[in-house]
Amino acid sequence: MYEGAIQDLIDELGRLPGIGPKSAQRLAFHVLSADTTDIKRLAAALTRVKEEVRFCSTCYNVAEAEQCRICRDPRRRDDALCVVEEPKDVIAIERTNEFRGRYHVLGGAINPLEGIGPDQLRIRELMARLSSGDVSELILATDPNTEGEATATYLALMVKPMGITVSRLASGLPVGGDLEYADEITLGRAFEGRRKL
Amino acid sequence: MHVRRLELVDVRSYERAAVELEPGASVLIGPNGVGKTNLVEALGYVATLASHRVSTDQPLVRVGADRGVIRCDIVHEGRELLVELEIVPGKANRARLGRSPVRRARDVLGALRLVLFAPEDLALVRGEPEQRRRYLDDLLVARQPRMAGVRADYERVLKQRNALLRSAYLARKVAGRGGDLSTLEVWDHHLAEHGAKLLTARLALADALAPHLEEAYRLVSAGQGKAVMEYKATATPTSILDELASVKDEEIARGTTLVGPHRDDLLLRLGDLPVRGYASHGESWSYALALRLASYTLLRSEGIEPVLVLDDVFAELDTGRRERLADLVRDAAQVLITCAVEADVPQSLHGNRYLVQPGEVHRV
Repeated sequence: MYEGAIQDLIDELGRLPGIGPKSAQRLAFHVLSADTTDIKRLAAALTRVKEEVRFCSTCYNVAEAEQCRICRDPRRRDDALCVVEEPKDVIAIERTNEFRGRYHVLGGAINPLEGIGPDQLRIRELMARLSSGDVSELILATDPNTEGEATATYLALMVKPMGITVSRLASGLPVGGDLEYADEITLGRAFEGRRKL
Repeated sequence: MHVRRLELVDVRSYERAAVELEPGASVLIGPNGVGKTNLVEALGYVATLASHRVSTDQPLVRVGADRGVIRCDIVHEGRELLVELEIVPGKANRARLGRSPVRRARDVLGALRLVLFAPEDLALVRGEPEQRRRYLDDLLVARQPRMAGVRADYERVLKQRNALLRSAYLARKVAGRGGDLSTLEVWDHHLAEHGAKLLTARLALADALAPHLEEAYRLVSAGQGKAVMEYKATATPTSILDELASVKDEEIARGTTLVGPHRDDLLLRLGDLPVRGYASHGESWSYALALRLASYTLLRSEGIEPVLVLDDVFAELDTGRRERLADLVRDAAQVLITCAVEADVPQSLHGNRYLVQPGEVHRV
């Protein structure tokens, strides 16, 4: 145990995801030995991110204004809505340049082990958006794991009666990879989801 | 398939040990507590990524070391494959196949097919249903590595569904109201979907295994009684959803999932009587051995030639049974036998002999 401020910093860093006690210690001593201006800049960035970054009032993506860049963009289609778990998923899909509709960020997935149910996610807000009638296709792009699949099924069950087309991202083989290196689960899924040519 | 070389670094009692093995029968001889079982446990770990003795990895790493390494050269159809596992307690294992790292340790499953019989297997017969479910599931994975994913998916969904039921149960107990069960239907569907896959596979396996068990028990017991196995399911693969609906209130009242493959059992009988509670020690022991031998002969009948390990088996058997067991395993691609007293092992299996001493193994 160190004394005072340095130990406080190690403890705080250690609470960040992916940072163990050893990394926290290394980072703390880096901060201690680094240039004061650099650290002031880091501290300012940390403060600003909490003060200035907000969540878009429409899609709950991160935004610097009332609405995010995508929700403000008049060129985006209003009839297609893509549901993702986290803001970083929006960035991932945006990089593809394939999707020109709008997004809805749930803020996680249904996960009873972590105490997360529909009320902890932005599902009520999603339903309100859908009831406006503009959306004709809902694309469920939650993660392809147990929790993401459960969330997708939950949303599909709720949305289907509204007459909106619901689709789920395909899961299967990675592009550019070799078939022989695919693990059995991925390959099994790819078989299930095969399509006619 | 056979193991050509096994190397342990900081595993159990071994700081660094390597042993070159041969196809056919090999006997590992050494007094009790010298580390014979540690060697076969390491092989078991390569095959299943779990120890047959302990449920956590910590005891596998030598006291004082922070990680253990198991290296295993496997020869299959004339080709040699090196599997390397680094065990770091509390962290994900790292694995390498043929010197190149794999993404997940799970990817090495299937590289070594192994059937291991150890004294702990008495729990298959005498222990809780969980032991028998694990027996079936491990064999499922040995037959089709893909089943490891099915099993993991099912367990994950089950955990989530139980957490949901548990929170509803607590909400009712503390606040006197229902709790949020709006996602229960979703978990029902996923549980039924994954459960059906697991159950279908287990039922098919139990069917395929039954004649092998009967034959194996006949051999080790010299025809005293007929071994019968029956899979006892809480639902059929297509009825899981309906069965869940019918126990819904009870599930909420108890806060846990009551239907599905995780509640099933494999009933083991000798003639008309259940083995558990009725069979003598000798019968139970023969039965447990027969279950492992049945796995072995089933895999062989399907063209998989697994390595067979008999840990401390012969001391428990009378002379007649020793000879019959020796007959059964003599033509195995590789069988590794551990014993404290060399004379316990029939002469016909004395192919290669290894002397196990504290921390080292020598060929004699």
